[in-house]
Amino acid sequence: MKSSATFFGLSGLAVAALLAGSTPTLAEDTLTIGFTASQTGKLNNDSTAQMRGFELWRDEVNAAGGIKAGGKQYKINFVSYDDESQNTRVQQLYTRIIVQDKAQFLFSPYSSGLVATAAIVSEQYGKVMLTTGGAEEKPYRLGNKYLFQVYSPADQYLKGALLALKEKNPKAKIAFVYEDDPFSKAVAQAVRAQAKQDGMALSLDESYSGSTTDFGPIINKVIADKADALLGGGHYADGATLARQLHDQNAGLKWVTLLVAPDSPNFATLGDAAVGISVPSQWEPQVNFKPDFGPTAAEFTKRFNAKYKIDPGYHAAGGYAAGMLLQHAIEQAGSVEPAKVADALNKMDLTTMFGRTKFSTNPKEHGLQIGHEMVLAQWQKKDGKLVKEVIWPKAAKTADILY
Amino acid sequence: MIAILASVFDGVLVGAVYGLAAMGLTLIWGVMNVINLAHGAITVFGMFGLYFLATELGLPAYSAVPIAIVCGFVAGVALYWIAVHRIIGRPELMSLLATFAVNMMLVGIGTALWTTSPFNVPVSLPGVTWEGYTFTGTHMMAAVLAVVIAGLLYVFLHHTRVGKAVRAVADNRGAAELSGIPTAQMLALAFGLGIALAAVSGTLIATMFPFTILSGEAYQLKSFVVTVLGGLGNPAGALIGGIALGLIEGIATRFMPLSWIPIIEFGLFVLCLLAFPRGIFAPAKA
Repeated sequence: MKSSATFFGLSGLAVAALLAGSTPTLAEDTLTIGFTASQTGKLNNDSTAQMRGFELWRDEVNAAGGIKAGGKQYKINFVSYDDESQNTRVQQLYTRIIVQDKAQFLFSPYSSGLVATAAIVSEQYGKVMLTTGGAEEKPYRLGNKYLFQVYSPADQYLKGALLALKEKNPKAKIAFVYEDDPFSKAVAQAVRAQAKQDGMALSLDESYSGSTTDFGPIINKVIADKADALLGGGHYADGATLARQLHDQNAGLKWVTLLVAPDSPNFATLGDAAVGISVPSQWEPQVNFKPDFGPTAAEFTKRFNAKYKIDPGYHAAGGYAAGMLLQHAIEQAGSVEPAKVADALNKMDLTTMFGRTKFSTNPKEHGLQIGHEMVLAQWQKKDGKLVKEVIWPKAAKTADILY
Repeated sequence: MIAILASVFDGVLVGAVYGLAAMGLTLIWGVMNVINLAHGAITVFGMFGLYFLATELGLPAYSAVPIAIVCGFVAGVALYWIAVHRIIGRPELMSLLATFAVNMMLVGIGTALWTTSPFNVPVSLPGVTWEGYTFTGTHMMAAVLAVVIAGLLYVFLHHTRVGKAVRAVADNRGAAELSGIPTAQMLALAFGLGIALAAVSGTLIATMFPFTILSGEAYQLKSFVVTVLGGLGNPAGALIGGIALGLIEGIATRFMPLSWIPIIEFGLFVLCLLAFPRGIFAPAKA
């Protein structure tokens, strides 16, 4: 009895060893990409859109047979966890994704704060990470070698808004009210410099805590300052509240540009409070770039809508673009070796439906996005329906500015 | 000067709602020494209640107020018997853990159902414009309803037999039991009332601001500050504490950046706890 138990036990082990031994054959044709997404917590809205972009790209690549490199076809496998919108979780999970799950490449989490945390881990392990959903420049100024930014950096965010506003009213009094998070602070720094350069006055320059629930007091300040324009915001919940209260309190502003929040299709639920609000956008469905690689913006929008029953915003497009850029780099490198793929990314100068992509190879800002340009979109009412139109730059505009 | 007056008025309006939000927390603490960490999550369910009644079912927005009170009360009584009753009289850590677990479950269910995307209920009431400053109708209506509900609670607790029984249980549960008061039922009633107050405050907040499933956290933290300002276990004091907090937010912002407000609020919170450990307007405890 004992010997038969031993026999079955050993046989089981042998079968398990054979199965384990067969795994590398499968793994050779599978490329594991790891990332975290904020399935819970305050970043859930934008992070979910970004994740959908990743997933749509993966599904399309796998349906087409995978990424071709070095005579092989690699099917994409995702390893993903919920980071709960928390830095501490990002730190733990990216380590796990690299060490335990053996991810070969990484996508970033959403938001500048989480990207900065993930970047520390990815660089420690020498993993190539395409960062999307993070615009802050700082991580690229720390000598990182495997970090590649898909978005335009934070200093570009309100550039278009200031130029468009200057054209409408060069003497506009600007109230600048922004969230005190790393991304918004990075934007703020650039706005101050550019406003000074363009000779425009910031009558109010103030940050607010991300937990602010009532913007009434600060709107009273804006009214007291008799400001013509308000620039600022931060992320979704605060931006939506600020927009609604500006409308409810008739703040008398002729121009409002808020970061991030108005880009989401959900912003339309604010109704009339959304009209006239503009948003710097990394991408809009109407953009008309001629892609060297991948689908056009219209094709991507159609496919995304077919899968998720909602139009994509720039967070979703950024996720999809990150996938395409990695795919292109692997195909160009003809290998999945990180050093070769990083080299291909360094050489990249590519136009996709997301626009032009070129990464800085200057050691002082390696990986910083220097090819991509942003647009300024504005919510306008057309035939009683709220639509988002591109109003800046002029070459890309789909409607006149509502001022 | 006009700007400061406008901020004072705005502060009073918003503060009354903060007071109402804190009233449930302080009532539950006062009666049964339970710090209800599910308070914020319940407040958010009150917000979503408004969304579904007004946006999905098309009912008038303010019809959600009595519905939130009734549903909140029923849910509160149920929650009491499920999660709280067995930990009454046990160390306070037990009640913290139990209500925190309820909070996590509610937020988890809410996130699964509605994600953390913001929701907005467009409620429009005519406001008042004075020297360029607009005081919205929704803020004024919310403040009036908050004061009315607080008044009704005061009348219930001080001028009805059941209300007096609740206060007797709060003062001395053993003595109340010896007098023939069904103390467990009174505790369930008080918990139901506390949850109803949290839910209705959420409903009123949602008439003024967009919200997400996570909005409760900020209001819960404010409620702690209000509770300490108004006195632990003193529902009437919560209204005063709420208005005080609203005034601090409104006036301080005139002189300093808005990002300093949480520092001032919680600095005040710590100072109050040091100087008045049971809050400024705490009722005498037997």
